[in-house]
Amino acid sequence: MKDNTLDKIKILTDAAKYDVSCSSSASSRRNLNKGVGSVAQSGICHSFTADGRCVSLFKIMMTNHCIYDCAYCVNRRTNDVPRTTFTIEELVNLTIEFYRRNYIEGLFLSSGVHRNPDYTMQQMIQVVKSLREKHRFNGYIHLKSIPGASQDLIAQAGLYADRMSVNIEIADENNLKLLAPEKNYESIFSPMRYIQQGMLESSEDRKKMKSAPKFVPAGQSTQLIIGASPESDKQILNLASNLYKRPSIKRVYYSGYIPVNIYDNRLPALKSPPLVRENRLYQADWLMRFYQFSVHEIVNDVNPNLDLQMDPKMGWALRNPHVFPIDINKAPYEMILRVPGIGIKSAKLIIVSRRYGKLTSDQLRKIGVVMKRAQYFIVCRELPMNTIHEVKPEYLKQLFNEKKLRNKHSDNRQLTLNWEE
Amino acid sequence: MKPFVLFTYDKTFEGFLSCVFFAYEQKINPDTIQGEFEPKPLFFDYSYHIITEEEKSKRVWISLENKLSLLARKMLFNVWLSEIHEVEMLMFRYVSKIINSSISLEMNFGDDDILTVSKIAKKVGSEARKVIQFVRFQQTKDGIYFAPVAPRYNIISMTVNHFKKRYADQEWIIYDTNRKFGLYYNLSEVKEVTFDKKILEAFTEGALKNDKASDNEIFFKEIWKTYFQHLTIKERFNPQLQLQHMPKRYWKYLTEMQ
Repeated sequence: MKDNTLDKIKILTDAAKYDVSCSSSASSRRNLNKGVGSVAQSGICHSFTADGRCVSLFKIMMTNHCIYDCAYCVNRRTNDVPRTTFTIEELVNLTIEFYRRNYIEGLFLSSGVHRNPDYTMQQMIQVVKSLREKHRFNGYIHLKSIPGASQDLIAQAGLYADRMSVNIEIADENNLKLLAPEKNYESIFSPMRYIQQGMLESSEDRKKMKSAPKFVPAGQSTQLIIGASPESDKQILNLASNLYKRPSIKRVYYSGYIPVNIYDNRLPALKSPPLVRENRLYQADWLMRFYQFSVHEIVNDVNPNLDLQMDPKMGWALRNPHVFPIDINKAPYEMILRVPGIGIKSAKLIIVSRRYGKLTSDQLRKIGVVMKRAQYFIVCRELPMNTIHEVKPEYLKQLFNEKKLRNKHSDNRQLTLNWEE
Repeated sequence: MKPFVLFTYDKTFEGFLSCVFFAYEQKINPDTIQGEFEPKPLFFDYSYHIITEEEKSKRVWISLENKLSLLARKMLFNVWLSEIHEVEMLMFRYVSKIINSSISLEMNFGDDDILTVSKIAKKVGSEARKVIQFVRFQQTKDGIYFAPVAPRYNIISMTVNHFKKRYADQEWIIYDTNRKFGLYYNLSEVKEVTFDKKILEAFTEGALKNDKASDNEIFFKEIWKTYFQHLTIKERFNPQLQLQHMPKRYWKYLTEMQ
């Protein structure tokens, strides 16, 4: 049995790793029954792989058998890869033992579509049910919903999971149908609707009676593959922005397309995954969620794609010089957030500290403002220095153009995310 | 010329608060506060050894309770746990500013000392979080889950509540190899423990020697290492990013990097 488990781990980890969702936060499950575990409100990353991604959950597929044949997927039906399946006991056992050793925050369970969506969903529900009820497991559980699964299976699953997700993968329905003929938007969006419905009903019930069961307390997320199909950043970000308007969607993940099935000519022949573009999309996503930007300020018909050589916040600032310079000691929070070089932490520190006296550029630097960038967009206690108007936007565009990185690996490397803190 | 004043004390938090009390009571401000057994500086004019008195330290703390929010008090204590060089003087300046001011100064990050205290507190909090992330328990033959750690600051006491709640049904020990003491949870409470040097060697090399580990342990370690290796997407290989999030100094006790 033991050798067998090792082989299964190799196959099914390889199969599961392309789903990039990694959070273990936004839920607070407490250990009230002398069971195992608890959930940390802000999530915990226990390790980091050699590609720099965080490991917070035991991310695994129940099986990599699949009846679908999606072009971009390594597990597609027509690929000749070794196929295997975990038993329920194996999965439960591994999850709990890893958890006890503080390797993981919980389980991320996905699966190929085995026989049909409902059958697969039922198997997955057995695993999480056993964890929660038989083993009193209170850690984090992220359960994938299988596109096409029926509503009452989703309703069952939601009672055990902290987060559920369905991956949209392709941001345009026609392109999706081209690459994954067995899927369509209806089969993807209906489980998302069922989950949202379950969440809203549960929160209504909990208002009346606190002990009513929680339903997917950490909400939903989804994933979009970047670069496997020709959508523009405008299409992608508009889709994300619309998704965020729904109350149950917490995160959209962007996954640079890893060329897996190069023999299939519906897919582009990329030399390497579009990691810079992926990074820019995450920066744009952050602008929408934390910096109060609306999507058309970042991308629109005039600029449908993000500038690869400049972060989107700086890009916006250079396109809108009339808004600057702002007075650090007087401007409202929303405007301070728009200054390149000032992140959320610095903006908050500025707001509270300036009540004690006007802030100087030295104090701003100590607080954590990147003065090299911000100096062109603000005035503070001293005389205004060279602002964007004296120096001219075109010059700044040259200055902040992130040229190819010094080493040879330019596009292939994921840039570190500089949130200008 | 202003005389150089030295305070010495017993290196406890209550001792530090007693120093504050002394300074206010005698109206003498120190230039340096250091532990009584540390080598004294070459030149000083006056030296006072402060005796720790519970009454006095309590009074100082109560006056801080009146001036500082709970968050700020926690921050101050975090700075104490950092054990960095000359932390006492930084804390003394912070406390003096807080006490002397009639309005609340704790949000005045334009002030150097207030900002530094918050920055160090942040580093300490971050180290505690990293310990929570990177602690790896190994199951020993007698069923106790043992985790050696080597933190920069004295923070394992900050992680106790988290682990007590999470692993309520297993006995565990978290051992600080730098400071030579550990915390042991025996299913009902947490106690401080120390170990004999010989026993220690077997446990703190990194991976538990096979004769000390339970059978399960060896199996699950291998599965975990294999899982970890297969998670990497080769096309996104980026060891620099990995190091940024997980500095090498933690690798000794990380199962997957052993």
